[in-house]
Formats: sequence, structure tokens, C-alpha cells
Amino acid sequence: MLAYSSPEEVVFGRSKHPVKCGFNVVIGDGEVIPEVNFTLPSVKVCRDNLREIRKLFRDITTRVLMKCVELSQEQVVVELEHVFEMTQDPQFGAVVTKDIKETMAEFHEKYGLRSALRVTVADIRHRTRPPRMRNGEEVEKVFESFRMCADAGADILSIESTGGKEITDRAIVEGDVEAILFVLGVMAIKDMEFLWREIVNISERFGVVPGGDTACGFANTAMQLANMGMIPRVMAALVRLASVPRSYIAVKMGAKGPLKDCGYENPAIKMLCGVPISMEGKASACAHSSPLGNIAAATCDLWSNESVQDVKLLGGDAPEVFTEILIYDCRLMNAAAKESRAFEFRDLLVASDKYLDPQALMLDPDLMYRAAQIVENVKDPYHQVVETAKLVVDTISQETKEGRLRLTDSERRWLGKLGDTVYNIPSDWSEILEHVEKRYEGFFLMEEYGLP
Amino acid sequence: MHELHLLSQAVLEGKEDEARSLVQNLLAMNVNPSRILNEGLIKGMDMVGEKFRAGEYYLPEVLLASKVMHSAFDILKSRFVDVGIRTRGKVVMGTVKGDLHDIGKNIVIAMLEGAGFDVVDLGVDVDSRTFVENVQEIEPHVLGMSALLTTTMPYMKEVIEELEREGLRKRVKVIVGGAPVNERFAMEIGADGYAEDAGEAVQLVRKLLDVEVG
Repeated sequence: MLAYSSPEEVVFGRSKHPVKCGFNVVIGDGEVIPEVNFTLPSVKVCRDNLREIRKLFRDITTRVLMKCVELSQEQVVVELEHVFEMTQDPQFGAVVTKDIKETMAEFHEKYGLRSALRVTVADIRHRTRPPRMRNGEEVEKVFESFRMCADAGADILSIESTGGKEITDRAIVEGDVEAILFVLGVMAIKDMEFLWREIVNISERFGVVPGGDTACGFANTAMQLANMGMIPRVMAALVRLASVPRSYIAVKMGAKGPLKDCGYENPAIKMLCGVPISMEGKASACAHSSPLGNIAAATCDLWSNESVQDVKLLGGDAPEVFTEILIYDCRLMNAAAKESRAFEFRDLLVASDKYLDPQALMLDPDLMYRAAQIVENVKDPYHQVVETAKLVVDTISQETKEGRLRLTDSERRWLGKLGDTVYNIPSDWSEILEHVEKRYEGFFLMEEYGLP
Repeated sequence: MHELHLLSQAVLEGKEDEARSLVQNLLAMNVNPSRILNEGLIKGMDMVGEKFRAGEYYLPEVLLASKVMHSAFDILKSRFVDVGIRTRGKVVMGTVKGDLHDIGKNIVIAMLEGAGFDVVDLGVDVDSRTFVENVQEIEPHVLGMSALLTTTMPYMKEVIEELEREGLRKRVKVIVGGAPVNERFAMEIGADGYAEDAGEAVQLVRKLLDVEVG
């Protein structure tokens, strides 16, 4: 049974199972909260300049939190997303985590600012090619980094995991939809189960919140390629919705939310199980473009800027500028909720984007709800992925036929190709395995996914 | 010649068996291999490039056409070795140390290969020593570096400095790219060129090699 009886019940700021963490932050309990993420300016990250890196992170955090105080923002979530070196050297990531948390504690004590720290560990397992997902030195470092950051003050643990990305990176640019669906429905599922079992164990051991994962490495890769005209937008839309079963696995393994901001598939997971979600849209234009700027906010509980580098702008340093933008976005949503107009505002967010791009259409709460129903009703993840892919093709075809969504001739041609593939894909995934083994030989190791 | 037109169309439409068969037929008809290459295969790829630029084709179609071209070219290769025809140029590419992003780099490689260049991919997280050793060993005309992070782009400068220390800098053109990189940064670190995207990268390499390779 889904957590909501209809898509009409799902709205920003409210989740069925709010998450309490950090310095008295409550996520998904009636208020949308900004989640601020920042990255360093152009600077070398290594042990040699650890002092400089630590100072930079402390300074940026201070400026972000001070902006919250100045604008009377009562709650904020800060995300530290590791760069490679911070996970490769777990002590490095832990020290920065501790610094940021101490700064947050100072603001809590001095100003009463309620804040929580999400730490997103880098999935460095794909450093080696083919990646060692279960048995290499990197996987131990990933888990050690989770442990050390949890111990150093992280409140929420997350990762943008990459199981199967070694295949989809090529499959997406080659338009090999069969392989993409195999990865999302089989390989990525197995990897998520392996990874999240341990992340949840670590979280329980250290008393922190296992947040969630994101299909960033798959669906956002496709979105960016579509933005550049490299692949059809209809294909990127398909990868997006077909990612729902994969990202849901984190919650099945015990993740509690807030799910990770760049997981545009999150609304369906909120509908499935009621966890709060972070989303990003127009305020993440500092990190990447998207056709989803407003619609992404429709059901969010945290509203994020994805990532902004610490550079000087006319209005201040970029992280504080984007904190301000997020605060005003959140204020508007929260004001709508207070006036009992949240659903009206949600529908405007949806209507403003929905028919301008097939990828935006995927975030329509009605469609997300149907994807959630597929995951709920279809027995195994592979078939869930195939059925969501069919839903994408059918929905885009219908909306195009009825004139609400416009596609170019080349997009229409690709929609036909996608339909041919998803409606003729083998029912038994082992039949695709042979194709994947042959075409992607040397790209992946079967045993690293527990494949026969 | 009608068969050469059919060969261009086979490349355009990604029909590998048809393209290979047409090349064999043309050779049997004693058509000059250079003509088969230029008026059949390369013309087909040029048509693909036009459709890509017009938004009618996407990367999967470009890559398929490139695969067809290379497969058909394999049949011609021995004829070119006999007459000593050179490749269009050698390129070494890699994502710099500390950075695991490679899809952009891979697209550049695919486009360069489609345009007829030999490319050696060093992968991701590549340190300066590896870049230098490969420049020494492979002697490429161009070295390409990619970075997606603000924290890894400074490493490009270290690689260029290492090339200078080893006395290799003047023997290779260095190009850079990636989301946080721009033309100004490229000039600041002493690179020879910057490309905004894969299409520009091919144009840039062509431009550099017109000077260097002739």
C-alpha cells in the first residue's frame, strides 16, 4: 500500500514520516527548509593544504549560517559533499565534517539557529576500471569514511552511488536502451542492496540518519546530455522514471530520508513510503541547467541549490547568495501552506513546466504516483523498471498525440525506437545478460554484482 | 558514381553489412581506395555531422555511423599501408588526478575517432607522471586533459609544468576542457587551446594539426 491514497495528497513541506536530526531540525513536518551545498573555489585538495581547506570550509559555513540569521531563517540543512580526496583519505573528510559541525554548534548556541549536517561520501569505487564494487580497497574506504564522518558529527548520511554506471555511461551515449534497463533493474539494484545494508548498519551504530541515494550518475547524466543535444530528451525522460525502482532500494534497506537533492525520481519514493525528500530546481542553475526548475519543488521537503563554488558575486560570495535565494523560495512555499494554498501553489509549480519538456512531464505528481504504483504492484525490480519505461513511452505518446507536448521530428523518431525496445524487451533479464557481457566486455566484473 | 553514393548512405544510416559489402564491390571494380574513402566513407560521415549539427541526429547515431565507417575502413586499410598514407593525427586524452568523471572525455574521444584521429584514452584519475610517460612513448600531436571539478582543474597546470620539466612541452599541443574550465584559465596555465564541447574539440584539434601535421 502506498503512503498516500492519491497524488492529490502529496505536497511540499509535508511528509508522512518526518525526520528529526541535528540541532532540533525537523524535516517534512509542515515547512520546506533550505538545504545549502557548496564547493571549494579552484584550489588543490590535498593533505599539504589541509589547513587552507579547513579554513575555507569554516568560512563558507559561517557566511551561509550568518545569512540564515540575517534573514530570520530558523532551520537549515548544510550538505558537505565529498570531493574524491575526502573519501580516499577518510580522516580528511572527517576533519572537515567536524569543523562544519562545530561552526553549526556555535550558531545554535549563539543565535538559536536550528541546523543539521548531511555528509555525502564520494563513491570512489569506480576509480578502478572495471570497478571493484564489493571487494576492492575503495569500498573499504567508502565505509570507513561513513563511519568516521558519522563519528565526527554528520547528522545525515548519503551517497550518489554508481553501481552499473560503468555500463550506462556508454549505453546512454550509444542509445542502448536494453542495457540501460538491465543495469537499472538488475545491477544497480544488487549494488544498492549491498551498499545500503552497510550504510544503514553504520547509521544505527552511530545514531545518525541514513538519508538516501540518487540516480544522479544515470538520470542526470542523461539529462545533461539531452540539454547539450547529444541524446534525445525522450530518452533522458525514460532514464529518469526508470530510476525510481533503483533509488527506492535505499529506503527498502532502511534509509529514512531526506532523500538526496539531485534524485529527481524522489517524489515517487515519497509517495511509496512517506519519507521526506530533498529536491533541486531553479536555484541549482548555479551547478547545472535543467528543464525542471519549478516542477521539482512541487513535493519537496528540503529545497537545495545542488552545489555552488565559492566565488565572489556582486551580492556577496556565491554560497551566501544562493542561501538567500533558497530562503526566499522556501518562504514563498511556506507562506502558501500557512494560507492553506499549498496545493494551489503546487499546481502552479507543476503547470509552469510540465508540458515544455518531456523530462519535466516525468515530475508531474500524477505520473510519479503511477510510477510508485508500478513499484508497489509489480513483483521484481527488473519488471518494475520495464513497466515504468512503458509508462514513459505511453504517456509521452499520448500527450504528444493530444497536442499538449510538442516534440521535434527527431524526438518522435526516437520515441518510436524506445517504444519498440521496451515493448519487445525479454521478460527474463538473463537473456539480456549475454548481450551486456558481449557488448561491454571488460567494462564490469560480474562477481562484483553477485551475478552468476 | 552510384555505388559511392550508396556507400555514403550506408554510413549515414548505420548499415554496417551493407557498407562493408559496398567497399568490397568497389575494390573489385578497381575503384581507387582514396576515392572510396573520401567520396564514400568520409562523405557519409560529413553528412552525419551535418545532421548532428542541425539537431536531426543524436550522438547514438553519430557513434553508430562512426562504427560503420571504421568497420568498412578496415577492408581498405591494407591498401593504404601499401601506399604509405598517414592517419590524421594522434591524440592522448585523460581526466586529471582526483577526478573520476569521464563521460565528457569519452564523448570527445568518440567524436575525434569519428573524425579520423587515433586516440589513446588514459582513463580517469591520471597523474602527471602517467601523462608524461605516455607523451614520451606515444608521441602524440595533441594531449587533451579533462576536469569536472573546481578542485581538480588546478592539476592541469601541474601536468603542463611536468611536460616542461621533461622537455616535452614543445613537442605536443595541450588542450583542456570540462565544466569549470574556460578559455582564460586555459591560457593562464599555458595550454594551447580550450574547447567548450566535443564538437569544438574536434575543430580545435583539426586546427592545431593543420599547423603541426600538415
